[in-house]
Amino acid sequence: MKRFIIPVAFLVFAGFLYVALTSGLDPHTVPSPFIGKPAPMFSMSQLHEPAKKFSPADMKGRVWLFNLWASWCESCRDEHPLLLALSQQSVVPIVGLDYKDKAADAEAWLAKGGNPYLLNVSDPEGRLGIDYGITGVPETFVIDKHGVIRYKEVGMVTPENLKEKILPLVAQLEQEP
Amino acid sequence: MIPELGHFSLIVALMLALLQGVLPIWGAARGNAVLMGLARPVAAGQFVFVAIAFCALAYAFLTSDFSVLYVAQNSNSHLPAHYRFAALWGGHEGSILLWTFLLTIWTIAVGQFSKHLPQEMVARVIGVMGLISVGFLLFMLFASNPFERLLPAPGDGRDLNPLLQDPGMVIHPPMLYMGYVGFSVAFAFAVSALLGGHLDATWARWSRPWTTVAWVFLTLGIALGSGWAYYEMGWGGWWFWDPVENASFMPWLAGTALIHSLAVTEKRAAFKSWTVLLAIGAFSLSLLGTFLVRSGVLTSVHAFTTDPRRGLFILVFLVVVIGASLFLYAWRAPRIGLGGKFEVVSRESFLLANNVLLSAAAATVFLGTLYPLFVQALTGGQSKLSVGEPYFEAVFLPLMVPMVVLMGLGPIARWKQVSLLDLLKRVRWAAVVSFVLAAVLPFLLGKWTPLIALGLFLAFWTMSTVLVDLRKRMLRDGGVKGQSPSYYGMQLAHFGIAVFIIGVTLVKGYETERDVRMAPGETTVAGGYTFRFDGVRDIEGPNYRGVQGRVIASKDDKTVAQLYPEKRVYNASGMPMTEASIDTGLFRDLYVSLGEPIPDSNGAWAVRVYHKPFVDWIWAGCVLMALGGILALSDRRYRIHAKRKLAGGPASDDVVRKKQPARAVADRRSKTA
Repeated sequence: MKRFIIPVAFLVFAGFLYVALTSGLDPHTVPSPFIGKPAPMFSMSQLHEPAKKFSPADMKGRVWLFNLWASWCESCRDEHPLLLALSQQSVVPIVGLDYKDKAADAEAWLAKGGNPYLLNVSDPEGRLGIDYGITGVPETFVIDKHGVIRYKEVGMVTPENLKEKILPLVAQLEQEP
Repeated sequence: MIPELGHFSLIVALMLALLQGVLPIWGAARGNAVLMGLARPVAAGQFVFVAIAFCALAYAFLTSDFSVLYVAQNSNSHLPAHYRFAALWGGHEGSILLWTFLLTIWTIAVGQFSKHLPQEMVARVIGVMGLISVGFLLFMLFASNPFERLLPAPGDGRDLNPLLQDPGMVIHPPMLYMGYVGFSVAFAFAVSALLGGHLDATWARWSRPWTTVAWVFLTLGIALGSGWAYYEMGWGGWWFWDPVENASFMPWLAGTALIHSLAVTEKRAAFKSWTVLLAIGAFSLSLLGTFLVRSGVLTSVHAFTTDPRRGLFILVFLVVVIGASLFLYAWRAPRIGLGGKFEVVSRESFLLANNVLLSAAAATVFLGTLYPLFVQALTGGQSKLSVGEPYFEAVFLPLMVPMVVLMGLGPIARWKQVSLLDLLKRVRWAAVVSFVLAAVLPFLLGKWTPLIALGLFLAFWTMSTVLVDLRKRMLRDGGVKGQSPSYYGMQLAHFGIAVFIIGVTLVKGYETERDVRMAPGETTVAGGYTFRFDGVRDIEGPNYRGVQGRVIASKDDKTVAQLYPEKRVYNASGMPMTEASIDTGLFRDLYVSLGEPIPDSNGAWAVRVYHKPFVDWIWAGCVLMALGGILALSDRRYRIHAKRKLAGGPASDDVVRKKQPARAVADRRSKTA
């Protein structure tokens, strides 16, 4: 009978694989060390009005999304309609970070695909990459009224995680003082 | 039309695979020769239809038919033709088709080269392979159809992942898959033996060449993947303990153990039940690797599209195939028996130690790769962690050190029993010479650390014990001809391990890395070479734009190499890529890659410069291992057996004997090998 330990052990292992697979846990949501920390400060030129600067401090008192994108990024094109729909509902302001991109390309891209952003910060050299622990484009941060990062989505925002995670969190943060 | 033809062919292939999986096995159980005889023709039919599907997809790629979703996702009209073809296995659906295609090729080969085997055995083996094929065809047809249409068709495709647009990547996946799929033959033999209840030395002899071929492919496939990572990633590393790499390494470790335990089973009829378990294990780990890579349960640097539904399908498939074979094993293995006895100090015990250590190594890689997943499942996703290089290096080294030491002794030891004193006496010079060389050489190379000395000792020990054994056998049996090719193959593969260890030790111990900001005309020094940066110029490729830098490497004021590292941006995906430039030499590589341009400067760039001594020995070692495998395969032992059975009549038997005194050779071999 001892031999049956092997297949039984394998089935237990398969059970683990099943849980990991179906729990809906996305391996890409690696806990970011930035969650719960104040969003790193910066002051950078806006995309459409380079003379004007933007700083996260400008958003104090509001819950907002900080969405990292670029005109060369394929997944950004996929998530774009969702962001447009979100912006039309006026639930939460979205600030864009145009990452490692040429301003002209980015403006053309927004003019063609529609602009869901309250405003855009231009970061052609990717200077914020390290401060914000960016692993790829797109990424989206949820930042609360005190300027603290509360959530980070690595990769595309999908309708599911928008509905199940981001919007409930935004609603909850709106209630917080 | 052509894509629909491909889709239809897959459906027909599925029907044939079902027949192939059911009828011959049933026939073998009932002793029905007609049903058993169906195995080969049905398998051939399945191969033809899968081949049609494969060609249909290749055609869609070569003609840039973007109305096929998979083509639109993985190709582009500006992609050069050879990459358009290789793009076939650049994504998930095509990889699975390639898997299945290779499986049918292996099945045909088994049918072809097993004419001398008993009919029940062949019927069962081909039947089991048919069942595996059923799983893959079902998967393709229901969860990942490569022929799915995308209507209206887009104007152009999204392009093949730029990381994969590289000659190494064109052959790496087919090689790797040949290895993975090849283990299905050993698996099918093991399951057939369990079904039939006959498990003896002949079973091991039949499985051995197949296992070796699969192992050779897997070895080359892993080496190619590692080489590709080295020059394509631009970090100068050659192994990252990434889950996808580990997924290919686990079957390799199990397969290596299997090759050795098959040897014992063939020669001494020992380890029988363990060998069967290893054969099941090696293929199970290949399937598990596919699951891990394709289901997305683990994160990896390899950017694969992942889909939980597919993961679930593969998981069910895994449970059916591995679960069923393990239950079969548990049920039938007690009949197999343990086989021949041996003493504590004997070649068997050395091979047993080899098996224990290799299996333990596979288990540690398994644990390290899947630990994040276990933790996640147990905590409901509350805690996430990843296991990295420090773990693997800390657990892997202690297992490999005794393994390599014993590897030197194993071939010298006799079967059954050997006197320990005698054995030690025979290797005393090898031990002393290796020890002294390993202790002194690092001083001459400029830096002494215990790890460098240990690595060098293991390499010299392996080389010298190979030479000691070769010399002894040559003196005893008179020249080179006295030994079988399989003996030389083994020693060549062991020698390859030594070459590999030298590469790893020296590159880890003595490499120099410079990550510097360089303006045109500036220089930096690494490993005794001076590197001068001459700035960059714009370049344009067929489907990318970019810049190319020029770096002149010189030593003692003499120019040694001109290096042209590139930074590309691919048009369709917009993905930036770093193309390192490498000057390869027998004793060192000079490796330069471009980082980012420095803003507001005079054309300055962040440049990474590496001096990597002996790095190519890592892959040279792998190639030697693979060559050793090929040499072992050329052993006449496997073929003579085939000819004698095939010839049947006494007349032709005589002819065979006249050409080659088969029995005499076989006798001598059992004495020496």
